[in-house]
Amino acid sequence: MIETLLLYLFAGTALAAAVLMIVLRHPMRVALALIGCMLSLAAVYALLDVHAIAVFQVLIYVGAVMVFMVYAIMLLDVRDSSYTRRYSGLLVPGVAGLLLLLAILGHGVWRSLPAPGGAASGGGPFRLKEFSVAFLNDYWLHFELVSVLLVAAVVAALAVLQVGRRNRG
Amino acid sequence: MLIVVSMALFALGLLGVIVRRNVLIMLMCMELMLNGVNLSLVTFAHQSGSAAGAVLVFLIFVVATAEIAIAIPIVLLLVRRKRAMDLDAYTDLKG
Repeated sequence: MIETLLLYLFAGTALAAAVLMIVLRHPMRVALALIGCMLSLAAVYALLDVHAIAVFQVLIYVGAVMVFMVYAIMLLDVRDSSYTRRYSGLLVPGVAGLLLLLAILGHGVWRSLPAPGGAASGGGPFRLKEFSVAFLNDYWLHFELVSVLLVAAVVAALAVLQVGRRNRG
Repeated sequence: MLIVVSMALFALGLLGVIVRRNVLIMLMCMELMLNGVNLSLVTFAHQSGSAAGAVLVFLIFVVATAEIAIAIPIVLLLVRRKRAMDLDAYTDLKG
């Protein structure tokens, strides 16, 4: 009972933070709203007993990605027209496209929704141990692909910085 | 219920990418879209009780990290060149 209540509370918080991201003006406030959204999603994952994903959500998203983003916002203190005018000229087509997408997606979700009350939670809690065993036994190829991807990302970031240095000097 | 929430998060992120002017805010809205997809994957994994969804979520985490690690230096270079974070300043990038 209390878990269902908490689930609704955190899902509502995530939705409210996402709406705030569209409405707020300053990038730092948008970043704080996104951090709030990610933290409530981590709470939702923890309530769903997917502990490994909840920990990774806090560590990787909030701890690494958003800290990087906040650093970039503080580094780029450029005051231009994007601070006074929030929305581009695509506001009306954007909202219309959003409503269309929501209608199509909602139709599909509504048809495939399971019967209410039949939300059978399969399996026990999915802790770090089960996650690691599944990862290194069944999905070892994906693990290796992840390391290749990370190396490629590091090399690409260095290449981008090299391009910037050559353009300046 | 969580599927509907994930759908709303994805749609709001897409709306932010289309509608906002600031480059960094558009990047953050892309992160919001990835979070919506993650929530749907976790919900499906929870319903079916399989590990594949959680492993896919982990892969999405890594892809998001790599994306941000490349996107932020590109944004830094762009802003250093034009002194503007407004996307209207970059219309000369159109082909």
